[in-house]
Formats: sequence, structure tokens, C-alpha cells
Amino acid sequence: MKIKDCEIKIRAWEAEKAALNIDEGQRYDEINKEIIELKKEAYSNLEPWDRVYLARHQDRPKASDYISLIIDNFYELHGDRCYGDDNALIGGIGTFKGIPVTVLAQAKGKTLEENLTRNFGMMNPEGYRKALRLAKEAEKFHRPIINIVDTAGAYPGKGAEERGQAEAIAKCLYEFSNLKTPVISVVISEGGSGGALALSIADRIVMLENAIYSVLSPEGFASILWKDESRAEEASKYMRLTSYDLYEKGIIDHIIKEPAGGAQNGLEYVAAQIAVYIETELKELMQKKDRLLTRERFLKYRKIGMI
Amino acid sequence: MENLFKKRQERLELFKSRRIRTNKDLNKKEVPENLIKNCEVCHKNVPYEDMMNNLYVCPNCSHHLKISARERIRQLTDKSTFRELDRNLESSNEDEFPGYTNKLDKSKKSTGLHEAVVTGVGRINTEKIALAVMDSNFMMGSMGQIVGEKITRITEYAMRRKLPLLISCTSGGARMQEGIMSLMQMAKTSAALKKFSDEGGFYISLLTHPTTGGVSASFAMLGDIIISEPNALVGFAGKRVIENTINETLPKEFQRAEFLLEKGFIDMVVDRTEMKKTIYELIMLHKGVSL
Repeated sequence: MKIKDCEIKIRAWEAEKAALNIDEGQRYDEINKEIIELKKEAYSNLEPWDRVYLARHQDRPKASDYISLIIDNFYELHGDRCYGDDNALIGGIGTFKGIPVTVLAQAKGKTLEENLTRNFGMMNPEGYRKALRLAKEAEKFHRPIINIVDTAGAYPGKGAEERGQAEAIAKCLYEFSNLKTPVISVVISEGGSGGALALSIADRIVMLENAIYSVLSPEGFASILWKDESRAEEASKYMRLTSYDLYEKGIIDHIIKEPAGGAQNGLEYVAAQIAVYIETELKELMQKKDRLLTRERFLKYRKIGMI
Repeated sequence: MENLFKKRQERLELFKSRRIRTNKDLNKKEVPENLIKNCEVCHKNVPYEDMMNNLYVCPNCSHHLKISARERIRQLTDKSTFRELDRNLESSNEDEFPGYTNKLDKSKKSTGLHEAVVTGVGRINTEKIALAVMDSNFMMGSMGQIVGEKITRITEYAMRRKLPLLISCTSGGARMQEGIMSLMQMAKTSAALKKFSDEGGFYISLLTHPTTGGVSASFAMLGDIIISEPNALVGFAGKRVIENTINETLPKEFQRAEFLLEKGFIDMVVDRTEMKKTIYELIMLHKGVSL
């Protein structure tokens, strides 16, 4: 059963449960049992489209949640020094378990209002240039970088094209490939197209279980191939966009388990797992010499599609 | 044992015949008699031969027609100097995407190419150069694993041999049918070019109509010098997508070469008739040789 339908059903049952009288205890237990059964069935065998739904769930934790949980003394830094500041990217420095780090996080908003200022997590060229500026600053002081990826794609706007969206993304890919400091990317919910790839050039890429990562959003994919956006669900079946597909293909290095129903049901649990993973990997990466680090990163991407 | 050698002999002969065919293909000019080409912009009828001798630029309105990879190589390199590399790399439908194998076969038949890019070495006015030329007739010039691999290999080849690199881009973007693997080619090609650049390599990116999506957001925009043909469409997002996002119609000149020149994202717009000379002179200037 589709998770979306299942959630609607559960909500209906919850409403019924709330409306019950005290003397209807038996019915109350029955409903509880039904809900548990339903959840078990729905969450045990997720279709790709269910994961797309979960990845875009309105309650799903955003980059700011994770930053406040795993980064201490966070100072947000602003601007690309060329044109402006992009709110779709939170960039800054702070300490992670006592290690100073630079954080570059694509930020979706939680409310419509916040989303309007954050542009729904879709970055403009100034966002990518800000990311690159901060990454270069981190490289200078040999500070590790933690990227958080959460975007449907780079913003397809008129101004974005005028200010060189393509060039901004290309430069990120170009420079991150040889950045002389450890980089870890965490895909927390949605990663779409070049807009997400620009922040995914890393020594380690880790993905939450229900996150998706693809060449384009399922809607865009269906629109390009079949000229029909409504076939997005069908497209998701072929796109191999779930964390398990990508792990199998060797694109990502690790999957972080989520509680049943998604990360919103256990934010601390998920954040703690992310922290543990980053800590172990950073310890290893920070011991490597720059040349080895960049060489290994280069080979990681060089071998994709190598014959 | 005999059988084994026989097979080898057969393969050798096959390779030989292929090589000969390549050279023939490149130097052969098919002149259909009495054929007339209608320019798609000014709608004037021009004899095919005139069009061809003018490098497929309309003599009337100087509209640049789309040309195949083979034709561009013929225009840019000295006669019979181009030697193709990695010719036999072919895409396979490893994810079993429905309809992909068919589309590949169709493109192969109609273009005579194995993939959407042709790579190799050639000479421009006797100056040796590594080049990759994309062909938009092959599945919209989309970049899949093989296109990414060939571009990366020619970059590495140029790095080893210390040759200047020219990539003639034309592409609709990443190849959807190969999914995430095609997206990753953007990272791979960019990383290879970064290495090439750090080693002191000189890379000219030549943008032709159209260069969009994943290709524009990777190697197309990373040239030391970026040249474009007049009126070529160059941009990241498709026009339709942008119009749907911002709810307004975009002007005709939006995302065209001249527009990008004005915004500061390309170095120059060069006519096809001047292209070979321009590229040659740029290479010489970067070599530190006075012209």
C-alpha cells in the first residue's frame, strides 16, 4: 500500500479514536492494533515513489535542525562577494565534537514564509559562489567541510541564467574535486540534478535511508522523456533514486537508517547516527596527507563509468 | 590453437578496415547534384554546394546551420590528419531502461557514430591538438557514461602528451536514460579538467548550438578560453522550464551567445569561417610563439 494512502487512513482512525467514549475501551484497542498492523505493512516494503513522498514530507527535518543538533558555536557567514547573499544556502563555521568545521547546507524552509525567503532550497549562482568562497576559506585553514544536500535542483530562473548558473555549478565541481581539506556530504532528503551535485563532490557521501538522489526530479525526468509531468511516479521506478540503489551502484558510501515513517519520527536518533558517522570518517580523513586525500577523491569520481 | 590465431587475424583485419573507413569518411565530400538547401532562417534557397563551400553558413543571412561531428572535424583540422581514439566505446543499457537500446541503435544508424562524441588527435595548420567534438544528432548530444568517459580520456591524453585541448560542445544535457551515472559524468569530466589545468594544459571550449544542461554546467564552462558560434543557445535550464517557473515569456535573444557575451560568461563570438584561424592563433599565443 502507498504510504500516502496509509497516512490518510491512520489519520482517519486517530480521529475516530479521539472521538470514542471511555466505555469503548475494546474498540480503542482494536484501532490501535489496526494502526500498528497497517504501519508494519506499509513501511516494510517501500516503493521508490513512497521514498519520494517521504523525502519531500512536510515534517521532514531540514538542514537547520541537523546543524543545531550536531554543530556547536555555529556562526553563519554571508555573501559571495560578487553579487549578493543566497538564503537557500546556510554557510558558516562552528565546532563538531570539538573539531572546527565549515558547514555548507542547502536549506529548505519549514513554513511557506520561510520557504519564500529560502527559495524552497533552490540555489542561485550567488549561492554556489558563496559555497565555493567558504570552501576555499576552509581549505586555507585546513578545516574539514560538512555539506548538507537538500534541494530539488538549482533554481531555473531568469536572473539565475543571467548571472551564470551553469558556470557557478561547473566551478564548484572543478574546485571541490581538488580541495585540500576533507569534505563529507550528507544527503538528508532530496538531491536533484547539477544543483545537488555541486555540493556532493566529497571524500564521503552518506545518505539518509529515505532520501532520494537523482539526475533530475521525477517530474522533470518524465517531462523530458515523455513530455508528461504526471508520469513522475512511473519514472521513479526506473530512475534508481533510492539510497539502496545508489549504494549498490557505489555512488554513496553509507546509508543512515531512519525510524519507521521517516526521520521526523526520531530526529535525535538520526542526527546522532550522522554525528557518529562523520566523527569516525573525519578522524580517518584528517590523518591523510593532502595529496593522498585529493588523489583518492579524484579516483572516486574517475572510476564512475570507467571501462 | 590455430583457431585462436585465426580469430586474432580476423580482428586485426576488422580494425584495419575500420581505420581506412574513418579516413575515407572524413575526407569524402558528398556533393549531391542540383540539390538546393533551404535556409531555416531567411528561407532563401541556396545551392547545396555553395552552402557546403561556405562551411554550412548561409551566404545570405550568415545563419550557422547545425553540422555533424565529422563535418566539424573536417572544417577544423588539416586534411587527413585526424586520428580517432576510443572509437569503439559504446553505451550499453545496463539499467535496462525501456526503449533506450532502440534509441541508441537508431542514433547509431542515422549518424554512423558510436556515441554522441568523437575524440581524437589532429592538426590545425600543422599544430597538433587533442579534440573532442560532440554531435547533436546522436540522442541530442546527451552525456552518458561513454561520452563522459571519452571526454575524460581525451583530457588525460592531452595531459600526457602535453597537447592543447579543444572540446566542441553541443548537448541537451545529461542522458536521462542512464540516470545518476550520467549526472556523475559532470563531476568526472570537471575533475579531469581541473587536473589538466593544474598541469598547465590549455583548454579551449567551443560552444555550438545548443549547449545546455549538464554539459554547460561542467566542461563547457571550464575553458581557459570560451568561444561560441553566433546565435548559439547556451544555458543551464531549458527555456520552457524557466518560463513555467517565473510565469513570463522570455525574449528571443535570451540564452543566446551574444547575450552570454554581454553578461560576461564567454570570451568571444566567432564566425565559423574564422574559427580555424582563431583557434590556431590562440594556440600559438598560448605556446608563446609570435604569429
